[in-house]
Amino acid sequence: MLEVNNIEVVYSHVILVLKGVSLSVPAGGIVALLGANGAGKTTTLKAISNLLHSERGEVTKGNIQFEGSEIQNLSPTELVSSGCIQVMEGRHCFGHLSIEENLMTGAYTRKDGSAAIKQDLEKVYEYFPRLRERKRSQAGYTSGGEQQMCAIGRALMSRPKMILLDEPSMGLAPQLVEEIFEIVKNLNEKEGVSFLLAEQNTNVALRYATYGYILESGRVVMDGDAKELRENEDVKEFYLGVGGEGRRSFRDVKHYRRRKRWLA
Amino acid sequence: MSPAFLNFVEIVLNGLMTGVMYSLVALGFVLIFKASGIFNFAQGVMALFAALTLVGLQTGQVPFSHLINAIFGTEIHHWGGGMHTVFAILITMAVMIILAFLIEKIVLKHLVNQEPIILFMATIGLAYFLEGAGDLMWGADVKVLNVGLPSGGSFWWEDVTREWASTGSEYWGMYIDKLDVTATVIALILVTVLTAFSQYTATGRALRAVADDHQAAMSVGISLRTIWVIVWSIAGFVALVAGIMWGSKSGIQFSLSLIALKALPVLILGGFTSIPGAIIGGLIIGVGEKLAEAYVGPLVGGAIENWFAYMLALAFLLFRPQGLFGDKIIERI
Repeated sequence: MLEVNNIEVVYSHVILVLKGVSLSVPAGGIVALLGANGAGKTTTLKAISNLLHSERGEVTKGNIQFEGSEIQNLSPTELVSSGCIQVMEGRHCFGHLSIEENLMTGAYTRKDGSAAIKQDLEKVYEYFPRLRERKRSQAGYTSGGEQQMCAIGRALMSRPKMILLDEPSMGLAPQLVEEIFEIVKNLNEKEGVSFLLAEQNTNVALRYATYGYILESGRVVMDGDAKELRENEDVKEFYLGVGGEGRRSFRDVKHYRRRKRWLA
Repeated sequence: MSPAFLNFVEIVLNGLMTGVMYSLVALGFVLIFKASGIFNFAQGVMALFAALTLVGLQTGQVPFSHLINAIFGTEIHHWGGGMHTVFAILITMAVMIILAFLIEKIVLKHLVNQEPIILFMATIGLAYFLEGAGDLMWGADVKVLNVGLPSGGSFWWEDVTREWASTGSEYWGMYIDKLDVTATVIALILVTVLTAFSQYTATGRALRAVADDHQAAMSVGISLRTIWVIVWSIAGFVALVAGIMWGSKSGIQFSLSLIALKALPVLILGGFTSIPGAIIGGLIIGVGEKLAEAYVGPLVGGAIENWFAYMLALAFLLFRPQGLFGDKIIERI
């Protein structure tokens, strides 16, 4: 459904951030994009959603295809109407708008009439009952979890086929993270929405995703089925925080410093 | 009622109506600031430009006539007898919309996500450009604008108020300019319409969304460029209204662009992001400066009117920087 082929992204004409990233998201899949801070997860998502432009970034090589057609030259507006929408990192709700108004802005690109939009609003409230309770409050005064729900709900209002979800777990309590991911899974199963999600929380992401890519300083260093990745020794050690050979003493530094095999 | 009290009432009333005139200019600032975070220094010049265009069309002036005459040695000034006021207003509005479109296309498009100060500088450039363009197109002479609005003092009101004074006192009634009353009514209608537009329409909601968060607005598919054209068109419309009012009141001259400066304290008082705030801020400034002039002025030799607004603004900056009605700065901890 979504194909990213060997893209290179440069900011301000000089800073090379992505050095040839390729990935694909099958229709109906949940694909996780993992990596540490600054690995290029957000940049990848923004390259797809075409929000790079406003940050003086551009895709200099490679191409991105959504449902078979190239999308690098579409404006974000056109992309949203063709069914691919991004939920930005850090939620970015419209603070001074009420929750319901926030959700309604998601339907801005739709042309199928207010009845259909109302119906979808109801649906969003069914997935996120908390939002219904708070629909009159200003989004800026709601909790982080509610804001994340609002941001996802807002994206849903555009009737997407694919959501690019950037760090949904950021700054949320573990319990809420589970709740959000459950909803993501639900949406994926019931509404058939595909997800590409960038996460630092490798543990949760790999439990819900079907496939995963690991980014490190602008390159995909590893990819595979979520289950495989979860059991991979390197991933365990570097991303899941579980040592391969049980607990070790810090005295055995040499031993502890396991080589990142894929960099060799 | 004693003449002193009636005098006081007259000053307040006139102050209120002067305030409305300030508000009309401030309104344009608020619209653009809300939607794009740009402080549009050119708002006053836009009012001037709109008024110049209106009067030019109305009297049938040939645009760029001086330039054409200088190059081709011709002697053209006017075509026919001009056009009907209503047509002239409609065409001026169209010109303002085209202007908004060009501003987006030529200036703003290239400055997405730049620092506010850079955008501000761009609007200063725009102000000078428009002032020059207005000069080149319509000439620099002072023009009289008459769109058929009632003007002059109201005798009826003078008679009514004369009756109020206690018998025997020498009181000759209050002076109220009919033009000011008209301006007030028009401003009220304008604000009501604008508020309704931004609260209850999808476009209005998108405007507020853009005001809150550019990036997020783009991510849900709101086109910043469309929104900016819309906002600058509305601001152009407000500028036209302000231009008509100020032009009818004091003639169309290039110092008109300086009324933009009087809008600054209004904005600081009312808050840069609130439409009702712009109105109430204007009223407070209007009344404040007239009262200060009348009662404090004589003690310090007058001319308080000129700086009172700025002092008030300064005090506000110290104690309530977001203004009376500005958006509360929502901060989660």
